[in-house]
Amino acid sequence: MASTIRVRATSSGETTEVQALIQHPMDSGFVKDSKGEIIPAHFIQQLTFEYDGKNVFAADWGGGISKDPYVKFTFKGGKKGDELKISWVDNKGATDTTTAKIQ
Amino acid sequence: MKLRSAIYLASAALSLALLTLASTLPSDAADKVDPVADAKAFKKFFTDKFPKVKLEDFVNGPYSMNEDLYRQWQEKEQFPPYEFSLEMGKEMFSKPFKNGKTYADCFENGGIGVRQNYPYFDAKEGKVITLELALNRCREANGEAPYSYVRDEMAALTAYMAFTSRGKPMDIKIPDDPRALAAYEAGKEYFYTRRGQLNFSCATCHVQSPGERIRAEILAPALGIVNAMPIYRSEWSGMGTTSRRFTTCNSQIRGVPLSPQDDEYRNVEYYLSYVSNGLPISGPGARP
Amino acid sequence: MSDVEFSATRRLILQGAGAVALIGLGNLPFGLTPALAAANDKYPEDAFKQKSDADVIKTLYGKTAEPSDKVKLDAPEIAENGAVVPISVSTTLADVTSIAFLVSENPNVLIAKYNIPAGTMPAVANRIKMAKTSNVTVLVEAGGKLYSANKEVKVTVGGCGG
Repeated sequence: MASTIRVRATSSGETTEVQALIQHPMDSGFVKDSKGEIIPAHFIQQLTFEYDGKNVFAADWGGGISKDPYVKFTFKGGKKGDELKISWVDNKGATDTTTAKIQ
Repeated sequence: MKLRSAIYLASAALSLALLTLASTLPSDAADKVDPVADAKAFKKFFTDKFPKVKLEDFVNGPYSMNEDLYRQWQEKEQFPPYEFSLEMGKEMFSKPFKNGKTYADCFENGGIGVRQNYPYFDAKEGKVITLELALNRCREANGEAPYSYVRDEMAALTAYMAFTSRGKPMDIKIPDDPRALAAYEAGKEYFYTRRGQLNFSCATCHVQSPGERIRAEILAPALGIVNAMPIYRSEWSGMGTTSRRFTTCNSQIRGVPLSPQDDEYRNVEYYLSYVSNGLPISGPGARP
Repeated sequence: MSDVEFSATRRLILQGAGAVALIGLGNLPFGLTPALAAANDKYPEDAFKQKSDADVIKTLYGKTAEPSDKVKLDAPEIAENGAVVPISVSTTLADVTSIAFLVSENPNVLIAKYNIPAGTMPAVANRIKMAKTSNVTVLVEAGGKLYSANKEVKVTVGGCGG
């Protein structure tokens, strides 16, 4: 199974722009299925980006983030070829981690 | 007596009207199928109606008609929601069947960059073959069960094949074969025929009213609509094939959808694709 | 798009496996890796349950927010679909430590809180769900103070189904 995390990290020399797309249902717990049953809440709660052993961005999410969530941010530094480590954990305790090379 | 004279008068008036009409039209225009003239008129209709929209931009559907929507789309395209489907399609496409063959063996150029040639008219069979149909026939020829035409697997495969063909102009051919012309004409007729409880034709929404809202949604122009298939729709929270688009359109006008890939749907896809010839393939697309 | 690649397979650690991994990590909550836990301290569970802007602000920050024209919120006039509304923010304020997004009319008002370490630009883009037409508020914590900006986004097709 492929990673749930897709990352594009692009260095402009001084800064690195990071975009991530994660495959996750992000069920809020407020939506009913076709039978009228509530779909239980199932969403990513925390997402972190690490570069060079340091945290460069961290998200706390609720069920109000869209399905297959997307986020974009920029940090100072980051060299082409270096690795970025991305991890998430959801409200059911599932996690995924991946690394991505800065382009 | 009164009734009789009324009928006589009416029919006289009608034949007079017909005569007048006939004399103003080129003599054979009424019964001649002329796809080249159709396609030209079709494009002209849209470019006249939307003088600010570039011809190649019609493939971007409602996004070509509304600035606020366009900006939201640009943002989504930075990391598009069909990305996962596209990857799944690429993986599926390269994975061999149980007999060791792959999809590439079923298509010219290994299936890469050929989306713009579908649908085509198959002379042997005397029918229109769409890409979705060709993919399932490929599976069956290699001993695999066909996929549902409206589900994720088919969307993923066609997404990948469209992606490898992006930017190539739609290139549908109508061979010199009366059956091909008949299929085209049948597709055109289906497109313009009203049906369902709402009594809408495909054209009611997608020719008469593109850019306008139907309830909350902005309608896409028919020109180039197939070039963007398959699409990720936010409304569906997922991917949809051309088959899914046709069947849901029929349900939404409160009609009874045909089965996916019925002859009528194949013909209407043939017609719609032909009149969009020259516009680039842009699939997979993202839509509201 | 040319960088669509099928990188090394990553295993999705499901609940069970996560619980096993937890044993080696002592008493960390949720089985987070040390870095993840350290970065976020604790997931603000309570703040995500609040039903009004004021309660979210109180629970999350314990202080009041002051509107600032240095906070630039970018959101559509009319969301194409409430399920996916692209919203972004940037600010010229200095020493930003966190950014939060609130949708007043959603069942739970707090959507996201982003922690911005030193060296990371005070700007973020994300895609959020909106149940109906609502005020969208962004909070920026900078230099120990709280600033805000807001905009109404019209929603014609709600993103919460049901």
